[in-house]
Amino acid sequence: MKNKIKLILFGLIILISSVTSAQMKLNGAGATFPYVIYSKWFDVYHQKTGIEFNYQSIGSGGGIKQVIEGTVDFGASDAPMSDEQIKQFKDKQGSEILHFPTVMGAVVVTYNLPGVGKGLKLTPEVLSGIYLGQITKWNDSRITSINSGWYLPNKAIFVAHRSDGSGTTNIFSGYLSKISDAWKTKVGQGTSVNWPVGLGGKGNEGVAGIVKQTSGSIGYVELAYAVQNSLPYATLKNKAGNFVEPTFENVSSAAAGFIKNMPADLRVEITNADGKNSYPISGFTWLLITKNMKNKSKAKAIVDFLKWAVSDGQKYAKDLYYAPLPKEVIKLEEKKISTIALK
Amino acid sequence: MVSFTKEQIEVPKSDEVKTSSLSVLFSRLLKPGGKNVGDFIFENTTRLFAFILLSLVLLMAYEMFSKSLPSIHKFGWGFIIRTTWDPVHDEFGALPFIFGTLFSSLIGLLIALPLSVGIAIFLSELSPHWLEQPVSLLVELLAAIPSIVYGLFGIFVMTPWLRDKVEPFLGNHFGFLPLFTGPPYGFGMLAAGLILTLMILPIIASISRDVMKAIPGSMREAAFALGATKWEVIKIVLSSSKSGILGATLLGLGRAVGETMAVTMVIGNTPGISSSLFAPGYTMASVLANEFTEATSDLYASSLIEIALLLFVLTIILNAAARFIVWSVTKKYKADY
Repeated sequence: MKNKIKLILFGLIILISSVTSAQMKLNGAGATFPYVIYSKWFDVYHQKTGIEFNYQSIGSGGGIKQVIEGTVDFGASDAPMSDEQIKQFKDKQGSEILHFPTVMGAVVVTYNLPGVGKGLKLTPEVLSGIYLGQITKWNDSRITSINSGWYLPNKAIFVAHRSDGSGTTNIFSGYLSKISDAWKTKVGQGTSVNWPVGLGGKGNEGVAGIVKQTSGSIGYVELAYAVQNSLPYATLKNKAGNFVEPTFENVSSAAAGFIKNMPADLRVEITNADGKNSYPISGFTWLLITKNMKNKSKAKAIVDFLKWAVSDGQKYAKDLYYAPLPKEVIKLEEKKISTIALK
Repeated sequence: MVSFTKEQIEVPKSDEVKTSSLSVLFSRLLKPGGKNVGDFIFENTTRLFAFILLSLVLLMAYEMFSKSLPSIHKFGWGFIIRTTWDPVHDEFGALPFIFGTLFSSLIGLLIALPLSVGIAIFLSELSPHWLEQPVSLLVELLAAIPSIVYGLFGIFVMTPWLRDKVEPFLGNHFGFLPLFTGPPYGFGMLAAGLILTLMILPIIASISRDVMKAIPGSMREAAFALGATKWEVIKIVLSSSKSGILGATLLGLGRAVGETMAVTMVIGNTPGISSSLFAPGYTMASVLANEFTEATSDLYASSLIEIALLLFVLTIILNAAARFIVWSVTKKYKADY
């Protein structure tokens, strides 16, 4: 009997070790926003190469923490790591951390105004004014003067925002910080901020729920969510002075418009970008990769995956409601991927 | 069902003085009919299980305390009375959340208590037998509904109703009270309080019913025999089960304080302190659920953990109070009968 158990155990060990040696498993954790496309990528890539990914969408903050602690092979985040976090990583892991944009997302402003369809025009001044609580009525002259085509009622503006910490809020508050000094000093940028006005809804669905039910309300949600649920969205005045819609092309164009200001580490927020079609509230989502990984076969696997993700992988983006990277950015990334130490 | 008592382990003084107490202990353990090894092992294994539970609670308390140290050092006791919650500028204070938790729970309790006691009185004293079981079952079924379902009901059914009907009515007729001022959003303290009412009602109602049923029938018969009316008998039953109902209420309060999902969906999630029921608020459990995953700075995470610690302490206090009251009521009965 004892021998039998020993034999079974031995067999199991052999089996497990043979499975793990044949199939490499990469562990990652982080952002929830790109989870849908990452799952698709990991699945397709697994079928192609046999490399298995285990990705836990615990949130950007959690992803960064796990990367710093070195408990995962890669991290993912909707906001780039801060200088302080990069320093922490270096102290703990003794290597640099690299940021790789994978796809793009955007934040759209949605609203509920009876009689007003999609395409309400908003300028940066109006949007920041509304979220700062300075513009409180829909028939405020600052709104009516740019929306001569619509009848705007004498109705209070009901502001909705995300209550949970999110990359969406980070991009949105980052944009407002860029275009409004009052916002920058009073509120600032973050995954959660101290909102001057409005109600918080949990998740995109929470904000959309408040907006859908409250006449006269305004809120912001992820582009993907707005498209899937066909919410009305505002066109925003970009840096070049054009009113642009949040389309995938305009979002990609924002990254292209930022290309000449792109820092070498690709750690950049592309809100309020140059370019005549650039949608102003756009952003990257990043994979966080250790430059000098201890396990070189894992490093090799990640390099191959990254190369695939920024080239072939991009074709899955639009179907899953993400904006693909423009080719200018892909070029920069390919150069950067080659800096990952393989030996 | 054998357990160690002092007499069994202690060395008898007269005949076994010379043997060491340890060997006596062993001989007792192995003696058939007395103590045996199986009992010993079984007892200590179950004891271990009990201690695992205890150590889990202690470990949680320790972890929360040690992880919230940065925040405790930075803000001290002031954390409890600070009202700013600004993750961007690393300014944190728990008062709006403590206020929101207590205020929304209190609203829930004030509405749920009379309703539940009414239900309990009907079920234990008045209802015909064939009705009692199905209604009790339904009341208990309410407790089994997941809180997200209550939350969705809150968003899609209750808040529009509150915004369009209830709040304008209250504002127009009772607007002079500070409780009913401000614009009717639908989302807010009132919505949270009402959702909590629904959620704690089954707990209070079913425990209160059990407590009333535990009052001996002879007491009712005696009262009837002395010429009491039905209403007077109910008054006697109520006064005897007062403490038990109070205990049930505290258990309900414990549930209300810790409720997360449903409240988050309807309370408006805005840290602020307002006397108005229409104003949005925030609770301790909600802010944890909302912000913990994306809390990147150390102080931010630490402040959230300190809120969790405060919530933990609050819940322990409430549960201890409930236990104490239930204990005092059973003691009283033992003394009386």
